[in-house]
Amino acid sequence: MTKDATEVLRLNRITKRFGKLTANDAVSFSLNQGEVVALLGENGAGKTTLMNILFGQYTADDGTVEVFGETLPAGNSRAALDAGVGMVHQHFTLADNMTVQENITLGVRSLFSASLDRGAARARIVELSETFQLAVSPEARVGNLTVGERQRVEILKALYRDVRILILDEPTAVLTPQEVDDLFVTLKQAVANGLSIIFISHKLHEVMAIADRVVVLRHGKLSGSARVQDTDTTSLAAMMMGTDAVPPVIATSAAGEALFELKEVSTPNIGTAPGLKSVSLALRANQIIGLAGVSGNGQAALADVVGGLRMPAQGHVLLGSEVLEKWTPRVAVQNGVARIPEDRHKTGTIADFDLTENAILEQYSTAPFSKKGWLNWRKARAFADGIIEKYDVRCPGAGTRIRLLSGGNMQKLILGRVLEAEPQIVLANQPVRGLDIGAVNYVHSQLLEARDRGASVLLISEDLDEIMTLSDVIYVIADGRLSPAFTRGEMTPAELGIWMAGQGDSPKEVSYAS
Amino acid sequence: MEIIDILFTASFWAAAIRIASPLIFATLGELICERAGVLNLGIEGIMVAGAFAGWMAVYSGTDLWTGVAIAMFVGMAFGLLHSLLTVPFGLSQHVVGLGVTLLATSSTYYAYRLALPEVTSPPKIDAFQPLEIPLLSEIPLLGGALFSQTPFTYLAFILVLVVSVVLYRTPLGLALRAAGENPAAVAAQGLPVTGLRMGAVIMGSGLMAMGGAFLTMSAFDSFFFEMVNGRGWICIALVVFGAWRPGKALMGAVLFAAFDALQIRVQQTSFGAEIPYQIFLMMPYILSILALVMVSRRAEVPAALMVPFNKGER
Amino acid sequence: MRLEAITQPSLLRKMVPPILALITTVIFASFLAMIAGANPLSVLGLILKGAFGSQFAILETLNRATPLIFTGLAAAVAFRAKFWNIGAEAQLYAGALITVVLGTGVLPWPSFTILPTLALVSILAGAVLLLAPALLKTRFGVDEVVTTLLFNFIFLLFISMLLEGPLKDPMGMGWPKSARLIAEARLPRLVDGLRLHWGFALAVLSAIGIWVIQTRSTLGYEMRAVGLNKEAAAFAGISVNTVLVKTALLSGGLAALAGFSEVAGLKGSLTLDLSPGFGYTGIIVAMLALLNPLGVIIAALFVAGIFVGADSMSRAADVPTYLADIMLATALLLMVLAIMLTRFRVVRD
Repeated sequence: MTKDATEVLRLNRITKRFGKLTANDAVSFSLNQGEVVALLGENGAGKTTLMNILFGQYTADDGTVEVFGETLPAGNSRAALDAGVGMVHQHFTLADNMTVQENITLGVRSLFSASLDRGAARARIVELSETFQLAVSPEARVGNLTVGERQRVEILKALYRDVRILILDEPTAVLTPQEVDDLFVTLKQAVANGLSIIFISHKLHEVMAIADRVVVLRHGKLSGSARVQDTDTTSLAAMMMGTDAVPPVIATSAAGEALFELKEVSTPNIGTAPGLKSVSLALRANQIIGLAGVSGNGQAALADVVGGLRMPAQGHVLLGSEVLEKWTPRVAVQNGVARIPEDRHKTGTIADFDLTENAILEQYSTAPFSKKGWLNWRKARAFADGIIEKYDVRCPGAGTRIRLLSGGNMQKLILGRVLEAEPQIVLANQPVRGLDIGAVNYVHSQLLEARDRGASVLLISEDLDEIMTLSDVIYVIADGRLSPAFTRGEMTPAELGIWMAGQGDSPKEVSYAS
Repeated sequence: MEIIDILFTASFWAAAIRIASPLIFATLGELICERAGVLNLGIEGIMVAGAFAGWMAVYSGTDLWTGVAIAMFVGMAFGLLHSLLTVPFGLSQHVVGLGVTLLATSSTYYAYRLALPEVTSPPKIDAFQPLEIPLLSEIPLLGGALFSQTPFTYLAFILVLVVSVVLYRTPLGLALRAAGENPAAVAAQGLPVTGLRMGAVIMGSGLMAMGGAFLTMSAFDSFFFEMVNGRGWICIALVVFGAWRPGKALMGAVLFAAFDALQIRVQQTSFGAEIPYQIFLMMPYILSILALVMVSRRAEVPAALMVPFNKGER
Repeated sequence: MRLEAITQPSLLRKMVPPILALITTVIFASFLAMIAGANPLSVLGLILKGAFGSQFAILETLNRATPLIFTGLAAAVAFRAKFWNIGAEAQLYAGALITVVLGTGVLPWPSFTILPTLALVSILAGAVLLLAPALLKTRFGVDEVVTTLLFNFIFLLFISMLLEGPLKDPMGMGWPKSARLIAEARLPRLVDGLRLHWGFALAVLSAIGIWVIQTRSTLGYEMRAVGLNKEAAAFAGISVNTVLVKTALLSGGLAALAGFSEVAGLKGSLTLDLSPGFGYTGIIVAMLALLNPLGVIIAALFVAGIFVGADSMSRAADVPTYLADIMLATALLLMVLAIMLTRFRVVRD
């Protein structure tokens, strides 16, 4: 990499507090021209808050941001954009019902100019996508694109505005390993064209592969920084996690009989996401079954079938040896299926219900919580108090509205709700998404505990590392089809990546450097 | 057979266009609001206020176009109130909309009673008169139907064109539509979601009030209570029927008005005389519901309609 | 600016905004009274006196509150589940209609069964009327706001048609008015000699009943869950559509009781001006009560008081009676804002 000492961005002692929580504590670092700096840290370390301050979404309590030597005014979302900083958010900010071109040109010209000049805009997009190898059609409707393509649109959005500094927030979380390689090609092209990049991640090997320099954030504080050639993953991990978070120890386990089976199950598409295509899968006792795949490839359909929200259009599902005729959420819960939903805010809990009401959400209609249509609030309250105690849910009390809890505590309540009855089948759909490291370890240890007492755990995750660490057996889902079963350690990430891209069964041998 | 003949008279289509005109204004207004993500149930009351304001202004001595402008400003004021409560404060668009309708209606009636305490039948004004467009008005059928209307009607058609161009061909329209699809995308590009949405509701409400003013200043020449009579609600159905597109909404309004004009004429036939008149009066409302049922399956609702946007929500 | 949720609002935080909302409403009304050339203090005094100043006034207010409790409950029940029933006006007339159809001597049963039958059949009529918009919503996804609103217009025309046709009272001197109810179909007075009928007691009992259902029953829990988060409710195993239909039936039935009570308790026959918009006003009542069924009783008394008071004030002070509607609309808008401010603080950012 070329080394250039021109400083393009500097954060000076940024501090931001939310109530009692200090999200950023006097964080300072800088970015030089043509450099890739990785901002490394676990979830909850304060990376996203820092970037929101840079973009004026939040106002810092203390500290300043300088871009090309100029101090940005606080709390102004246009200032950073106008100064030539662009950001690709972890959660894409695209309008699905609009075209790629509309999304890219949004807000570029003054609102009061008379025309969009669509011809010139289109030519420019095509040119940029060729230069930076970001293949995507300007006329395509964003809702019809794959996740990888949407990310390209996000990057094009920034490039179209002639950004000099590009910030990517966890850009690889949703990509296959091969797509990650493509992204890195694009980023290297961008650096060659004179851009400077901040790459936010918690994945060490990626950081080592792309960055020139690493700054590490822990508990809102800068815990270290190093040039990549002077460091290694072990010392970075120490800086990132410290010594206080110990991941659970994982012992192997022998699989038991099949508790739940899908036999050649097909389901209709859900919006633009594919349904299942003749999927057969057995969930065996004493086992964690990991389901890897890029989001939107049929995971939702599979989770719906297991969780009782959807009956197969073709094929059938078996509970033990019994073919299921009626399979609803309620029947699933009564038959010992614990369901940890993908989105704990939208589907897992009701934000304005208190903890008690949320605790009985799946079982309010049965004894002991109700009798003949009348609720027993005393029993419900006792149940909630029990969960709060046993699963260490930090809250002012069972009467608190759940919207006021952190994601980790919300997830703990859900865990308690579904695991209290010692279910035989556990459906864990993205169970640690967005949680901080402590909560992640807690959730994982609970899943392992369920397995060790004989349950079958279906773990659906986009995080390949999580799948590969926890699962006894791994499947990959792509376009609604399931790969063969792989045992732990049998496959490298790159090999799984081929399956994630939907090319697993093609005879062509492809080799990727990892 | 006489019904079929009616369909080929210029006077029938002229009536349909006249009936459609106020609906076009108000439907466009609602469409702008909803495209930016705000359902405006204040429409019914804002039309009442516009009907009164325009007419009252002219009655007090202003010229017709000034009256139209005053009606629009009154509508915009109610739009400001609506948008202030629903956009930055994110209050329920249902409740605020109904509240605005009630406030606009009752304050209009209050103002009417204060302004004209003694009158038993409301006074008339010199309303807009038909303006035949040279040459075009001589086209058979079409000329009589389209080009012999009042200038206020012509304005409705021009506005459909203007709104289409702004929505689909300008950066402002793009930003506005995006605010109704994904406000976070708009904010990420440094654009003010709150400002865009409020602006849309204010402008849209202005158009709704012009729709009301059409009733007192062009369709009729005087103001009376219950004049709007559910037209606002029908316009909300028309927006859905028109798939949130100005051109389609225009077609919907004209189609709807044609049915309305037809039922008026059928009422006067020998066949119509045997049927209770209430059946005919029900038709517009029943048609609106049927239209909603027809399009409901394939409705492309703006994705963020009725979803408030709170910057930096945690 | 941005809104920030308050974890544990203080008592001050809970009290001040609603009180400010009411004060602002009164100031605004005074201002309007001044525009009308009246002394604002005397206008407010006249409203108070007209509403609560004498036994006659209080009874009048209670009578006016009776249908508002029913329609307020109808709105409160439906809005709790986020089912936007704006059609209480039509459902009210449905109850009134079935009451005059069956209450004019066609039922051959013993007299003590007549009133309960009429009440039950009214509930059924209102429920059935709301079933159509409910099914259009659950089956076709048609927005219920517009359909219930449009149904009001359709149903009123239908009533008008009947009153000028088959239901027209031959002794009515040509007015579009139904025949009178037989004596057994009239709701008796609560206390002899006082002009207040059993409809009011029925309304209060209904409010208590709905409160019990909402706080203690699984149906109430389901309705709240569906109203707050459909997706989570469905995931947990609640059949959202079934709950919505049940809610609609309950809401429609409650609104219809308003019609039954007005006809059987007060008017004795059906005319087109039976309701001066009780169905719509019920929405305000429900919102002012924060959708709490017991609060509906208080809110209905407040709203009825303003209407009754404004009527008598208007006669005395020459200020248009529409002042009452303006006050209520203002109170509604300011109150929803105030309630939000009890739970969120506005942060400059």
